[in-house]
Amino acid sequence: MIAELGHYALVIALMLGVIEACVPIYGARRNDAVIMASAGPVAVAQFAFVAAAFAALTTCYIRSDFSLVNVFENSHSAKPLIYKITGVWGNHEGSMLLWVLILSLFGALVGMFGRNLPARLKATVLSVQSWIAVAFYLFILLTSNPFLRIQDPPIEGRDLNPILQDPGLAIHPPLLYLGYVGLSISFSFAIAALIEARIDAAWARWVRPWTLLAWIFLSLGIAMGSYWAYYTLGWGGWWFWDPVENASFMPWLAATALLHSALVMEKREALKLWTILLAILAFSLSLLGTFLVRSGVLTSVHAFATDPMRGIFILVILVIFIGGGLALFAVRAPMLKQGGLFAPISREGALVFNNLFLLSACGTVLVGTLYPLVLEALMGDKISVGAPFFNATFGPLFVPILIAMPFGPLLAWKRGDLLGVAQRLTAAAAMAAIAVAAALAVKSGGPIMAPFVIGLAVFVMAGALTEIVERIGLLKVPLSTAILRAKGLPRSTWGGTLAHFGVGLALLGITGETQWSVERIAEIKPGESISLQNYEFDLDGTTARQGPNYRELLARFTVRRHGDVIGVMEPAKRSFPSRETVTTETALMTRGLSQLYLALGETKADGSVAVRAYYKPFVLLIWLGPVVMAFGGALSLSDRRLRIGAPKPARGRAVLAPAE
Amino acid sequence: MTDMVVRKCFGAFGLAVVAITALLVTAPALAVQPDEIISDPALEARARALSKELRCMVCQNQSIDDSDAPLAHDLRVLVRERLQAGDTNQQVIDFLTARYGEFVLLKPPFSLHTALLWLTPIGILVIGACRLAFASRRREPAGPELTVAERARVSQILADKDM
Repeated sequence: MIAELGHYALVIALMLGVIEACVPIYGARRNDAVIMASAGPVAVAQFAFVAAAFAALTTCYIRSDFSLVNVFENSHSAKPLIYKITGVWGNHEGSMLLWVLILSLFGALVGMFGRNLPARLKATVLSVQSWIAVAFYLFILLTSNPFLRIQDPPIEGRDLNPILQDPGLAIHPPLLYLGYVGLSISFSFAIAALIEARIDAAWARWVRPWTLLAWIFLSLGIAMGSYWAYYTLGWGGWWFWDPVENASFMPWLAATALLHSALVMEKREALKLWTILLAILAFSLSLLGTFLVRSGVLTSVHAFATDPMRGIFILVILVIFIGGGLALFAVRAPMLKQGGLFAPISREGALVFNNLFLLSACGTVLVGTLYPLVLEALMGDKISVGAPFFNATFGPLFVPILIAMPFGPLLAWKRGDLLGVAQRLTAAAAMAAIAVAAALAVKSGGPIMAPFVIGLAVFVMAGALTEIVERIGLLKVPLSTAILRAKGLPRSTWGGTLAHFGVGLALLGITGETQWSVERIAEIKPGESISLQNYEFDLDGTTARQGPNYRELLARFTVRRHGDVIGVMEPAKRSFPSRETVTTETALMTRGLSQLYLALGETKADGSVAVRAYYKPFVLLIWLGPVVMAFGGALSLSDRRLRIGAPKPARGRAVLAPAE
Repeated sequence: MTDMVVRKCFGAFGLAVVAITALLVTAPALAVQPDEIISDPALEARARALSKELRCMVCQNQSIDDSDAPLAHDLRVLVRERLQAGDTNQQVIDFLTARYGEFVLLKPPFSLHTALLWLTPIGILVIGACRLAFASRRREPAGPELTVAERARVSQILADKDM
């Protein structure tokens, strides 16, 4: 009964979506305030019904109602409660339901918090958002319905893939989807602006917080996924340039470019068309990612959407929205006037530089991801494009961005003084040089490039802080004054600084992990030990244990540093009888920003175990960097200037910073 | 315990979990096994570096260095045998390419049918830069140049301000 209610709620959401897709935009055409006013409430109601459908499916999972095909195929009665809940989106149908849940959530948020939006814009935005929603409700109801019943319900389910039975599944997909799908709002705003044929600085001001919100979640989602892969896979990798990863990374690159170009548009009314185009591109890449992941096109062997209908359906959605968006852009673009001139060396120029390189990087990932598919389809040639290709192309494209990063925020709008900025960055450059020298001294004989990349990371971080240091007059005025000034700085300034600082942090982590990791692979018996750097791992023995829905073999290692015991690590292997699958549970020990990493391999009859041990210097920074970036984004979002629904800023800030 | 392990290859994983559900029926164990490692550390290091460039052909986007598939194991052993027989890195790659085709290389060599792939990064950059240069030139004349009289007036105003 609950499943039927969920199914029914989804159908009602579809109906509301159809109404929302037609009525408010009709009101906007007619300039009828009453009709337009329906947009907000209907968006909220739509969300409520999708949420009800989602709650219904979740209830079926919690109750282990195996009369539902979806629950039967992806759940098991012995599964811990948290994995029963997260299992809802650990499969195709459920994840699509999460997709539309977030899509309608963003619509509802605009409906509720978009009070200061002009009525026409708001109505049009919500209608466009509902076009997307209707397409995906139809997709779920027609091809991927999670509420279908089985004629003769089985007693037990097939269980969720054990690899997904991890807390990561609770956090990663929702975060990622919030980001992915959140970009739909930027898209809807762009389309609405084109329909209205009106874009101004105010438009950029409304779009930026929404894009920022999506970007924050996307950053966190990608970082979380990376960390999950790192601790689950057992060989310590954290990024594989896998098509599925690329599918989420491309929208991130485009959204990052969009955030920066929207800044130019808001402040200087320049790059209007470009910003609109980026907003369309960013969400197009989200849709493309959905298509790549959902259609099974990436996995010709084990195509998981065995039903080709799904692939074709998403492809049609893709063509309609991307094609339609770009066509509308082509028609309307000439009607929109460009404004705001600037010299090549200026803040605007730097942001254009950023956009150019980010999009080149994004294009590289796109082509690298699709090339093998297209080549095989057109010519029948099978080639592989993997991590070595992306490292060789993406890396060099990102270096100029990193070098330019500290310069951008220091350049003046309209016409900047590059030499002057370079002088202001002397201190940052000096710190970078010291870092290079230090890294060369400590790691002599290691990889040649690594110290220079460390220097670049330090330059990015110190460069990011330069603006703040200058503006608060650190070391020039009394500390108390500097602190007072620091408090008076707009949060968006702090946000931008932290975001750039986080990039430097991540780069430090990436360099440390990829260049200076130490690895030992060995087979040892209880009583023996392996050594790695200054650490010793003594194998005390192995024990078998019974978990809720698995059996586990634990190996207990005592970890010593220079002979002193510093702790115990217990990597394990779990076997899940329901799917006849074995997973590796790695053991991690955090040492400052670095980690010790143990993964268990084969065990032999004589009691010996194969072990993979790593020392990974600075590895935590890889994920701490994005967290700092996201925090910067959140800080910027909380800036009163951008706060959703906030009135226009009062010009009272200067009071806090006393004159010298 | 050993026979429990379903050693199939593991689609490299990270994001969009749900794709994973489909890809794998599998267990991540160790990729490189202790008994594969050869005693000469320099040769072993070369073998590891080479392995990262070579694809496990039955896997989803995984190098033989990362994969648990039996095929990847065989290839790792093969790479080590060739290196121990005195092959250069290029000879090993040529040997494997002759045997398995270009599909085995994770970084495809530049050729006619990969030209577009390799030229894309620089292509976008160049086209973008040209467009920008073109657009800025087109917009350059922001307004009419100042006349001599206007220039004189400007410098007079500036001079007044200094006093």
